[in-house]
Amino acid sequence: MAMTMTQKILAAHAGLPEVRAGQLIRAKLDLVLGNDITSPVAINEFDKAGFSSVFDREKIAMVMDHFAPNKDIKAAEQCKQCRAFARRFDVKNYFDVGEMGIEHALLPEKGLVAPGDCVIGADSHTCTYGALGAFSTGVGSTDMAAGMATGEAWFKVPAAIRFVLTGKLGPYVSGKDVILHIIGKIGVDGALYKSMEFTGPGLASLTMDDRLCIANMAVEAGAKNGVFEVDEVTMAYIRSRVNREIAVYQADPDAVYEQTVEIDLSSIEPTVAFPHLPENARTFDQIGEIPIDQVVIGSCTNGRISDLAAAAEILKGRHIAEGVRAIIIPATQAIYKEAMKRGYLETFLDAGCVVSTPTCGPCLGGYMGILAAGERCIATTNRNFVGRMGHVDSEVYLASPAVAAASAVMGKIADPRVLTGIEEESK
Amino acid sequence: MNVKGFAHKYGDNVDTDVIIPARYLNTADPGELAAHCMEDIDRDFRAKCAPGDLIVGGMNFGCGSSREHAPMAIKASGVSCVIAGSFARIFYRNSINIGLPILECPEASGKIAGGDEIAVDFDTGVIRNLTKNEQYQAEPFPDFIKEIIRKGGLLKSIGR
Repeated sequence: MAMTMTQKILAAHAGLPEVRAGQLIRAKLDLVLGNDITSPVAINEFDKAGFSSVFDREKIAMVMDHFAPNKDIKAAEQCKQCRAFARRFDVKNYFDVGEMGIEHALLPEKGLVAPGDCVIGADSHTCTYGALGAFSTGVGSTDMAAGMATGEAWFKVPAAIRFVLTGKLGPYVSGKDVILHIIGKIGVDGALYKSMEFTGPGLASLTMDDRLCIANMAVEAGAKNGVFEVDEVTMAYIRSRVNREIAVYQADPDAVYEQTVEIDLSSIEPTVAFPHLPENARTFDQIGEIPIDQVVIGSCTNGRISDLAAAAEILKGRHIAEGVRAIIIPATQAIYKEAMKRGYLETFLDAGCVVSTPTCGPCLGGYMGILAAGERCIATTNRNFVGRMGHVDSEVYLASPAVAAASAVMGKIADPRVLTGIEEESK
Repeated sequence: MNVKGFAHKYGDNVDTDVIIPARYLNTADPGELAAHCMEDIDRDFRAKCAPGDLIVGGMNFGCGSSREHAPMAIKASGVSCVIAGSFARIFYRNSINIGLPILECPEASGKIAGGDEIAVDFDTGVIRNLTKNEQYQAEPFPDFIKEIIRKGGLLKSIGR
């Protein structure tokens, strides 16, 4: 029977010749991930169940990124608990302050995820690694505990929606605009329980950073995973990072998809998701005057080097508007260092921004940029739910780094193409 | 197993950030989490939720973050069951894994109003609305999931 790419990866990890949508399987895991918020619950469950060993010390990753560097005493206790667990079982891939980065930027960068892998993580944005052609999905802490103990997880094999990409993105348009456009089109439950599989001739023009951003937000459409066909871009990315054998799976030509959506990349405009759902996507002809108080550029969605490059290009020689606070958060230490080498940090500081150590911090309303009642933020993060970045009466608008940077300069939600004079303002 | 209680009704896309805001995720203590359950969507939830009450949501209940703290907070609030038109997948598996009973039933989700008295029979999936004198049939769990529930959660079901 013909299978989708996701189904092939799951079949291989379940030791089955084939699987079909709806089938319940038990699959072997190549990596089990947790962070400083979700791991403590997993560790409690792991201990309560009486496990005394982990399945493979090299296939567990724990990243202290959400409330680290520790935002308060309770957060410090949670990191301490993770640190003790990592030491107890000699967990190889434990990343603490100084080495850590935002987990979904860090793991691909370190070569810990590869095409064909089956990965679970106690973090919903674990779906990011689908960019590399892996099956990767977010789970909860109990699944993480079971995964650490047994190296296995249960899955219901998903059906899939296929996205066929054609064309090429225009200037100041990036992966973020693509995924916001898609979520706007299919809705926050448009891919519920399903895979989103990305293919087509347009794929070749998407950088790995674009792909990581798109796969990252598959969960915002309700998807179980988002996965990209493996190509030259994938292989070029993993070449210097992954030192083990990989298996590349391709969807069968006659695989069954519930739906096929064609996306012409050249038709995608800079897109902003309005409060309070990522599906409230609008293009600049529908935006109007929206003054802002804060800008956040960072997160597992958009804290990579090309994101900082896009922001720096716009902020170079400009200054952010009076009354705006702009917070820039490189997602990993390596990205931070590279941004420093390229002079981006100086550009950001000269423009009036602050640059933070890697952390998830403000994205989930943890710290490092919490909003007061009535405040409005444009952010390159992934969720704009009620109260997501702070007070229940604050607002988050989701956008690309280019749009966020242009907005910082203008003091209102702004089109980078207009700011840089590529396009005349249409009204 | 049967439960009975009053319904607290919410709309579509109730996300895990409103079920338990991230500012409280610096603890994994169920009691502390319950103290803030639903507070960003319903400030009175804590005061008005009695043991055995039910949460009834619309479509895509529990969307967003994978935080298991969300079903933990609901369970520790004394909620006996969550009924929704559909569930976000991570919330769904987290609830099963920690033993919070949830039922997918678009009809019940549409017809139950806040304050209705509801009785649920988990063996048959029958949801009775005692206030409106109506009955709805929920999707039964697959056997695999019934087995996890029967054994008392995922970690007990994988055995040791």
